[in-house]
Amino acid sequence: MTLGVVGLCLVVLLSTVGGRAERVEYDYYKYHPLSEISDWMDQTARDHPDIVTKVDYGKTHELRTISLLKIGLNTGEKKKAVWMDCGIHAREWITPAFCQYFVRQILQTYKTDPKLGEMMENLDFYVTPVVNIDGYCYTWEDTSTRLWRKNRSPSPEGCNCIGTDLNRNFDAHWGMSGTSFNCCSNSFGGRLPVSEPETQAVTYFVGSRKDDFLCFLTIHSYSQLVLFPHGHPNFTDPGHNELMEVGLAAADAIRRVHGMNYSVGTPADVLYAFTGSSQDWARLQGIPYTYTFELRDKGQYGFLLPEDQIQPTCEEAYSGALHIITFAHDKTFNGAMATVAAALWTVLLPVGVSTLL
Amino acid sequence: MATEELNPNHYPAQRAAKVVQHYLNTRYGSPYKVFGLKKVYSGKVEDVTDIGVKYKLDLLVQEMIENTTVRCSAEVVFARGENSSQVQVSCEELLKINTTAQEEALYQQYKIQRNFLSAENLPDNYGHIEPDMKPLWHLGAVASSFVMLNESTENTLYNMARVANVTQLATENEQLKFDYHVLLHDMVSQEIIHWKLLVTWSPPEGVKVLEMKKLPHCHNCETLSDAS
Repeated sequence: MTLGVVGLCLVVLLSTVGGRAERVEYDYYKYHPLSEISDWMDQTARDHPDIVTKVDYGKTHELRTISLLKIGLNTGEKKKAVWMDCGIHAREWITPAFCQYFVRQILQTYKTDPKLGEMMENLDFYVTPVVNIDGYCYTWEDTSTRLWRKNRSPSPEGCNCIGTDLNRNFDAHWGMSGTSFNCCSNSFGGRLPVSEPETQAVTYFVGSRKDDFLCFLTIHSYSQLVLFPHGHPNFTDPGHNELMEVGLAAADAIRRVHGMNYSVGTPADVLYAFTGSSQDWARLQGIPYTYTFELRDKGQYGFLLPEDQIQPTCEEAYSGALHIITFAHDKTFNGAMATVAAALWTVLLPVGVSTLL
Repeated sequence: MATEELNPNHYPAQRAAKVVQHYLNTRYGSPYKVFGLKKVYSGKVEDVTDIGVKYKLDLLVQEMIENTTVRCSAEVVFARGENSSQVQVSCEELLKINTTAQEEALYQQYKIQRNFLSAENLPDNYGHIEPDMKPLWHLGAVASSFVMLNESTENTLYNMARVANVTQLATENEQLKFDYHVLLHDMVSQEIIHWKLLVTWSPPEGVKVLEMKKLPHCHNCETLSDAS
């Protein structure tokens, strides 16, 4: 079964490479299988060699490579960073679509939008279109696999079902809430925290650079929510009020695009309590602005969001994400500039006074 | 017992409001009338001894086909020790949504057709539904509401994920009859639950579910045929 799945994804890739492909505009408003997303990542890096690099940073259980696009102007200095990941849950197809849209959008507008241009200079964006690659491939097999959620790890000893819920597998109050220890459950958090290769890839990459990250955004569907830490019902983040304020402003930005309402809060308040999430782990690493987006809709189509909603969903989510990123950026960079200016005055003023005297 | 004010955006009020949505679909739903939850304005909860937990809600429901919104006030009681709920709703404006003409036309069309209808995977993997299959999808959502209403507790939030299969059956009376296999999604457990439903519909009688059967959870099935 495993070989068949690997085979399926590989065959599609080969047929794309083998043909004499003419340059066709990538359709950001259709759902793409993994092979097309991989090709798109390579093409994007080729099209923007100065500012885009594809980075391989892990392997899935079925030995597929997990990759991200690192996007930012090369200043030769160590830069602050923004993390965005999509496709932790296989069936949430709108999310890889959003990550691809986000990349296209920032690449298309940074030369003409001064704010975005400034952020491209000061920040590197690390975007992973699909974290749970094995799961995503599995959902493309046929209609009966389309609603798969977990990764494709084999069943542990003493239990007979495949897959771990990657968003219960991170080392953040692991196993304490909203997690099942039954491997057949869709919220099975693994035998141990960070037991899964996909979780390990994110943990190692972000963890080894944690002081660089200002912002960690993880994209899911559905429910129309902007969530922030923590998922544990008895644990409130010291920065709760600010996270709420920034989240509410992001939801306002979302609403201004197409009128859609996204509620804001911790999972324990607005969704359900659960631990082991990537957002909670990122926050515990000290990354200041960590959010989970739950995109459209509210249950009418659910995971099976029609392709004609890809564009409006991406547009509104982009607006929300950009708000948080801009806030995090300005607090770090304009705040720093203000400090430098104040320091300069402190030096100049006594000089001026002594001159007068 | 003390009555507690609820944050309308937090999950307790949202889950209770979802039950109101399911109830409205069982009472008023049709192939041309399907309700969704748009917003909760306010909520209160009270623990009533010997009865259960009672929610009082002020909410906005949306008819999803025409996008009409209707404000309602509702009471939901989750009975102690049971997987059941009682709902009372007041929203007069709801009765003003008139879909009689479309329903009659569809009913006549299905009645005179020689071949029995069948469809599968509504929506398909890409979220697509053929326009003339949409009434069957809507009917599936309404029929599913009977199950979702029965199964709802304070710890669930149900939506219909997909109609896996629908087949029209012969009837001895004026009702149209369908065999449905639906997939329900519970947001809280994140599980997909399979149900088989025997459904009748006619414009005067509305939607009725004659039989409902939960199918066993098949974890490692590759095809639907393994799911029985």
